[in-house]
Amino acid sequence: MSAPLTAAAGTAAIAPGARPVTGFWRRALRHRSFLLGAVLSLFVLGAALLSLVWTPWSAYDIDVASKLHPPSAAHWLGTDVLGRDIVSLLLVGARSTIMVGVIAVGIGLSFGVGLGLVAAARKGWTEELIMRMSDFTFAFPAVLSAIMLAAVAGPGMVTSITAIGIFQIPTFVRVTRGSANAIWAREFVLAARAAGKGSFRITIEHVLPNILSILIVQATIQFALAILAEAALSYLGLGTQPPQPSWGRMLNDAQTLLFQSPMLAVYPGAAIAIAVLGLNLLGDGLRDLLDPRLARER
Amino acid sequence: MANADAPLIEVKDLGVRLNTSRGPAQAVRGVSFTLRRGETLGLVGESGCGKSVTALALMGLLPDSAVISGSIRLEGAELVGLPDAAYCKLRGNRISMIFQEPMTALNPMHTIGRQVAEPLLRHTSVSAAEARQEAIALLDRVGLPDASKRIDAYPHQFSGGQRQRITIAMALACQPDVLIADEPTTALDVTIQGQILDLIADLVAERGMAMILISHDLGVIAENVARMMVMYGGTVVESGETQAVFTRMGHPYTQGLFRARPRLGARKGTRLTTIAGTVPELADLPAGCTFADRCAIVEARCRAALPPVVDVGGSHGVRCIRTDVSMADGGVVA
Repeated sequence: MSAPLTAAAGTAAIAPGARPVTGFWRRALRHRSFLLGAVLSLFVLGAALLSLVWTPWSAYDIDVASKLHPPSAAHWLGTDVLGRDIVSLLLVGARSTIMVGVIAVGIGLSFGVGLGLVAAARKGWTEELIMRMSDFTFAFPAVLSAIMLAAVAGPGMVTSITAIGIFQIPTFVRVTRGSANAIWAREFVLAARAAGKGSFRITIEHVLPNILSILIVQATIQFALAILAEAALSYLGLGTQPPQPSWGRMLNDAQTLLFQSPMLAVYPGAAIAIAVLGLNLLGDGLRDLLDPRLARER
Repeated sequence: MANADAPLIEVKDLGVRLNTSRGPAQAVRGVSFTLRRGETLGLVGESGCGKSVTALALMGLLPDSAVISGSIRLEGAELVGLPDAAYCKLRGNRISMIFQEPMTALNPMHTIGRQVAEPLLRHTSVSAAEARQEAIALLDRVGLPDASKRIDAYPHQFSGGQRQRITIAMALACQPDVLIADEPTTALDVTIQGQILDLIADLVAERGMAMILISHDLGVIAENVARMMVMYGGTVVESGETQAVFTRMGHPYTQGLFRARPRLGARKGTRLTTIAGTVPELADLPAGCTFADRCAIVEARCRAALPPVVDVGGSHGVRCIRTDVSMADGGVVA
C-alpha cells in the first residue's frame, strides 16, 4: 500500500513543477490583470508596428481644407487643426512613445542595475559613493533635467530620451541595491562563498537571478513613467519636435481648441492612459507570476 | 597524506575583533587547537559565545572590517591574511562548511544538481557531464532517494532533512580535508537529527576528514566528537577529551550548562535549572573572567585578569582559578 503511494508522490513531485518556469504560461492565462495588461501593451506595440507599414493617411501631410473634420468613413476619428488624420497620428505617435520608453528604460536599466549590483557587492565607500550620487541625480525631476539638457543641446527627441533615461538610473540603482543586499544576506550566498565563489560570480549566478523578477516588474512600471514623462516633455515643447507626431504633442496642439473640439485632447489622452494602464497591469501580473513562492500556491 | 600524524589544521591564539554598531567587540580571544585527519572537535556554548565567528574565521568569511589576530595554519600554510582570491581556491575545496538552515542554504533558483556540481566545476577540471555523474553519486551517497531522477529538481521540492543531505553533498563534493558543521541539525526535528549526524560521522570516518562540529546541544556534542571545547564570551573556558570533560567538569559555566539540560523522568512541574544573569555584551567584556558576573564562586581576583588555563590532567584544560572549589567533589555534576 505504502510503496505505490510513495512512488506516485515521487513522480508527481518531479513531473509538473520540475522547473518553476514550466506552467508559467498556463498560470499567466488564468491571471486576469496580467492578461488585460498584456493585451493593452500588445495593442500599443501592434499600433506602432502597423504604422511602419501602413497608416490610413499620411501622418505628415497637411490638408488645411479638411481641418477639424468630425469622425467619418474617410477619417475614422476625424482630423486635427492642420487636417491630419487622427488615427494616423495616433499610430505613428505610438512609435515615438515606445521608442522613448525602450531607450530610456534601457539606459536606466543598464546603468542602474550595474551600479546597484556593484554597490551591493562591494559595500563600504563604493556603495556610499554610488548611493550619494544617485541621491543627487534623483533630486532633479526629469522635467527639470530635460529643460537643462534642452538649454544645452536644444530640444528634441534625443534630449528628452537622455533626460528621462538619466532620471531613471537612480530608481534602478536603489531597487537593485536594496534587493541585492537582501540576497547577499541570505545563507545560500554564504554557502556559495564557502564553496569558493568570488563576488563577481555570486553576483551573476546568485544575486541577479534572484532579483530579476523585481527588476522586470520595476522596468514595466518605469516604462509607463517614461511614457508619461515623454508626453509631459512633448506637451511642454521639449520632447519630440514637429512634424514628428507624438501623443504629448497632440495634447499640446489640442489644448488651444479644448472648447471647440474637445475630442482632440481625449484621443491622445486615452492612448497614453491605455499604454500606462497596460504596462502597470502587466508589471503587477509579472510580479505575481514570477514569484516562486506564489507559483507553488496557485 | 604523507604524514598522518602531522597536524592538518593548527589554530594558535586566534582572536577576532568585530566592528559593531556599538563599537569594537572582541568576539573571539585566545582560541587554540590542532586537528589531525580523522579527528573530531566539538564547539559548544550558548548563542553569541563566539562559536560561529570562530568557524567563519577558519573559512575566511568574516566581514572585511573584522580584525583577525593569531594564526590559522592548514598543513603548515598560514591562512590569516591570505588574499581573498587565494582563499577562494581553498573554500569548498579543502575546507568546507555545512550550515544551520538547509531551508535557506540552497539557492531557490538553481537545480540541486547544479548546486552540488558547482564546487567540482569550480575547483577541479572535470567536464560538465562528469560533474553531473559525480553529483548523482554524491547525492546517492548522502542518502537522497532517487538521486538520478531528482537531480534536476529545485530545492523547494525537498523536505528539510533531504535539503540538509543536499548541502552535505555540496560540502563534500571536492573531498575537503576539513569539514565545519555549524549547528547542522538545529533546524531539523530530532529523528532526522540522529540520521544526519550519523551520516556526517560515517562520511568523516570514510574520507578521513577532520571535523569541527558546532552545537549548543550537549547531547549532540557528547555523542559525536572525540574532543570538545566549551566557549563563553569569546574564550574557551574548558577543553579536553569529550569523555573526560563530561565525567569531570571543571568550569562553573560548563557545570551550569550541564545542570540546565532538560531531563527525562524529572518530576512533573520541575523547573529547568538556569544560569543566573545574561551573556555579557561582546562590546563591553569584563576585564577578568568573562563568566565572573554569573559565577557562584566568584572572588575578587577572578575580576582582575583573564584566568589562565589550568591543566586538570590528561590535556583537560579549565580556564578557572578556582578549580580547587569547583572540582572539590571531583567535578561530577548531578
